[in-house]
Amino acid sequence: MPKESFIKRYGLLIGTGLVVGAAAVLLTALGNPANMGFCIACFLRDIAGALNFQRAGFDAEVGTGIVQYIRPEIIGLVLGSTAIAFAKKEFRPKGGSSPMIRFIVAVFVMIGALVFLGCPLRMVIRIGGGDLNAVVGLVGFALGILLGIRFLKKGFSLRRAYQQSMAEGLIFPVLMVGLLVLLMVRPDFIIFSAKGPGSMAAPVLVALLVAVIVGILAQRSRLCMVGGIRDAVMFKDFRLISAFVAIIVAVLIGNLALSKFNLGFVDQPIAHSEATWNLMGMVLVGWGSVLLGGCPLRQLILAGEGNTDSAVTVTGYIVGAAVSHNFGLASSATGIGTGPVAIAVVVGFVVLAVISLMNMQKLEG
Amino acid sequence: MIDARGYSCPTPVVMVQKAVKDGGPSKLEVAVDNQCSVENVTRFARNAGYQVKVVDFEGDFKLLLSK
Repeated sequence: MPKESFIKRYGLLIGTGLVVGAAAVLLTALGNPANMGFCIACFLRDIAGALNFQRAGFDAEVGTGIVQYIRPEIIGLVLGSTAIAFAKKEFRPKGGSSPMIRFIVAVFVMIGALVFLGCPLRMVIRIGGGDLNAVVGLVGFALGILLGIRFLKKGFSLRRAYQQSMAEGLIFPVLMVGLLVLLMVRPDFIIFSAKGPGSMAAPVLVALLVAVIVGILAQRSRLCMVGGIRDAVMFKDFRLISAFVAIIVAVLIGNLALSKFNLGFVDQPIAHSEATWNLMGMVLVGWGSVLLGGCPLRQLILAGEGNTDSAVTVTGYIVGAAVSHNFGLASSATGIGTGPVAIAVVVGFVVLAVISLMNMQKLEG
Repeated sequence: MIDARGYSCPTPVVMVQKAVKDGGPSKLEVAVDNQCSVENVTRFARNAGYQVKVVDFEGDFKLLLSK
């Protein structure tokens, strides 16, 4: 058997990582919030806001909250995945692998992400911007993944998924088309922040196009932030983590070129310096994401391929975002939320522990 | 045969990893239901010294591992 060449083994993933990193820098330069070219957690939270599921930082003067916007990046990622999945005959509706467990885990993954202020992808983008708080987050993320791996090795599984109808698989992509229509038409009942991060956005069509390209690449390369560390530890497979590193490199170069690189802990954009909570939030994200089988970006891509378990997971993220903001669990640039953050995080750990322990299977095929 | 159909990442690879531990059998069949698992199991099996052939299996995929 000839050995797989370096290009064949790593080319697509490193290429995808570089494109994602460059796209993130570009989208920020065109108007997205700083170090937030892409953030699946933040953008789903903004969509939750646009649908009025939360209105964090509501300002009576302007009549909106600060994180309400239908982010075209989410729509583009999903539809890019759907398009290429159809083209490659990989669109296969399936689901039924413990959907309610996935939903609950997703809620806590989102709570953890909003304590830290970012999904694993934004964590990597923040690192590329010089935000050392995100390095603390990375430590927590890796610890969470190691915890999850312990259970995977002992046979943790959310059981089988089964084939479903085309209609079932298409619901999520069609919902994305619906969101796109709402974004274009901007009816009164959809809220767009007049100030704050929700008001900062790259032009719709550019963001959509960039996201479609990233969605296609992510579907082909199976890019996953959680998978990177997981596969490196479990299987000594460094393919996915090579993309992880490529994103950091591309963002770093982009930020240096645009003089946006700012190394340090303080005054980092849309970030806080409470190390304990940056760490704990990402432990929750890492552990929960291993149980779910992928990071939030990967869940979007899978949902685009007709995986309804991932669609349920994304729904869980949106509900988790609403819970986070409605109960003061989400952090802000001034620090952690004013609500019962510690209780929520501890409850999250207990829930993940119970779910991990209760889903050990004998995997004998 | 290991039937890993329907399991999400990385369970199919974990199942194969278990089966090929301590040398493992010279022949092994693994059924999976998505292209991503085909790629992951193939890569893992090759690293473990197996040759891999992919065949159609009731509309899904069957990987024939041999060494």
